[in-house]
Amino acid sequence: MTDNDVAVVRPKQRSSGPPPEPAAPAKRPAPNRGRGTIRTRERWAALSFMSPWILGLLAITIGPMVASFYLSFTDYSLGYGEWVGGENYARMLEDPRLANAIKVTAVYTFVSVPLQLGAALLLAIVLDRGLRGMSFYRSVFYLPSLLGGSVAIAIMWRQIFGTEGLVNQVLAIFGIQGEGWVSHPDYALGTLIVLHVWTFGSPMIIFLAGLRQIPAMYYEAAKVDGAGPLRRFWSVTIPLLTPIIFFNLVLQIINSFQSFTQAFIISSGKGGPADSTMFLTLYLYDQGFTQFDMGYASAIAWLLLAIIAIFTALNFLMSKFWVFYGDND
Amino acid sequence: MTETTAPAPTRDRRGPATGLRRFVFHLLLTVAAMVMIYPLLWMLSASFKPLDEIFTDPGLFPNTWEWSNYAEGWTALPHPFETYIWNSMVIVAGSIVGNLVSCSMAAYAFARLRFPLRGMLFAVMLGTIMLPIHVVIIPQYILFNNLGWVDTFWPLIVPKLLATDAFFVFLMVQFIRGLPRELDEAASIDGCGYWGTYLRIIMPLCMPALATTAIFTFIWTWNDFYSQLIYLRDVDLQTVPLALRLFMDSTGTTNWGALFAMSIVALGPIFGFFLAGQRYLVRGIATTGIK
Repeated sequence: MTDNDVAVVRPKQRSSGPPPEPAAPAKRPAPNRGRGTIRTRERWAALSFMSPWILGLLAITIGPMVASFYLSFTDYSLGYGEWVGGENYARMLEDPRLANAIKVTAVYTFVSVPLQLGAALLLAIVLDRGLRGMSFYRSVFYLPSLLGGSVAIAIMWRQIFGTEGLVNQVLAIFGIQGEGWVSHPDYALGTLIVLHVWTFGSPMIIFLAGLRQIPAMYYEAAKVDGAGPLRRFWSVTIPLLTPIIFFNLVLQIINSFQSFTQAFIISSGKGGPADSTMFLTLYLYDQGFTQFDMGYASAIAWLLLAIIAIFTALNFLMSKFWVFYGDND
Repeated sequence: MTETTAPAPTRDRRGPATGLRRFVFHLLLTVAAMVMIYPLLWMLSASFKPLDEIFTDPGLFPNTWEWSNYAEGWTALPHPFETYIWNSMVIVAGSIVGNLVSCSMAAYAFARLRFPLRGMLFAVMLGTIMLPIHVVIIPQYILFNNLGWVDTFWPLIVPKLLATDAFFVFLMVQFIRGLPRELDEAASIDGCGYWGTYLRIIMPLCMPALATTAIFTFIWTWNDFYSQLIYLRDVDLQTVPLALRLFMDSTGTTNWGALFAMSIVALGPIFGFFLAGQRYLVRGIATTGIK
């Protein structure tokens, strides 16, 4: 485990399409034990190595995907279901709770992701200055994103932002009487956003890796041309970092649309108060696994997938206008 | 090639941070770090506080040490807490073994073997990383329900044996591609077949990637709430996250001290892995960008 050197990280391969074809057919001195050519034996070997994954793909991923799509056109519930055509989708248009869930999820995503990435970028830039103790700070900032998804942290959050919680105790020192943040319909979602921002550590680490990739010569050249620190930041650091910012943005938007645990715990599974933390995922759970209206829940699942796909596609389309792929990447 | 993992060289490309500026930076960072970490430290201290102090004292040092929070929390639920820890451990162990074996096998094939449709399958594999679990969870539930697996650990372990955590396949493909192909060829000249190469050459060299996989699998499975919530309803099969939720919804809000104590117990192993495996975690994130 000491082979630090073998363990290279190559973000450049990240953008990868299929792996490159191996160079010239590897010469395998085939003692021709079995039947068939080397080629076919390689294929059989590949099939055997891939078989668990292929089985999983069919049975756990693609099969259920197809089934889910089918179910979304039925009123399936616990073993019984009939084809109802587009009824579930028509029902969506007249479901105020669903509309609310979309709104809540969208607000959560589009407020928390920029804040989270902003914090991550800021801290990454500060930490990249090679200060002493940098790795200590990095660990401290990273820890919350490891723990953030757990039930224990959600429980902690519920107390911290409760009526007699830590936040209000601190506010009381300054003579401010705080609300019961998690139980107030106007603020409950805000506490979840704060929780999401709190977990900025993992994008920060990706930013740090990206900053390391920027060749020092660009900064030197900019300096020679008389660019001050601010100018170097805007004209060198930011443009060269845009692919990483884009990457983080895509990833975090996809993730935050799927948030579940924290909202579930903070609201005792009800998405309350007054549906103010009712994410689409919570509503799906409620419809599918509490009401057992699995047909409608499947339709909601496809709505969620469509929303995520649309925003990811938009993200890619817009990236043409601001992401800079120079010769560096 | 090692530029990204090399320790930060002390560069002065953005101007040396000297004297006062360095002091200001450290001050700001320390304040920020304190704010970030304070809730965790406070919860740790609150797990030793009596209830009235939890509601009134934002400080980190309990005035009265209430050790009984832990004993109380441990036995507050229908089963003693070790039952839930054990259940979580079984799922975690199964998931780690499953991911290590199945993902590394698929990764070896993707990285080293030539077969039809490889490019397309690779793209499909990458696509499944991004697929929300919510889209497939209902048919999966129906499937496992028909197999009679609801209220067993199988729905949580079997998918791992089938390499459905494609993220780790990707991680290992990236890693294996970085290993010199000459090693494979040498092994093949020495009479190693594909399985021999995989077991004797690739796997031993993949230790760092395997370690990253094991640590992430541990943390994600230990933390996982959604699928455990769906598949485990039986009181005897509850895991740590489910037990915490049960605790909170039943008695928790009247007994924060004990609830915090068990939350600390739940976070402990993650914290331990974080300390021990930080290097692998950071590398895993930097390579693939997923937390």
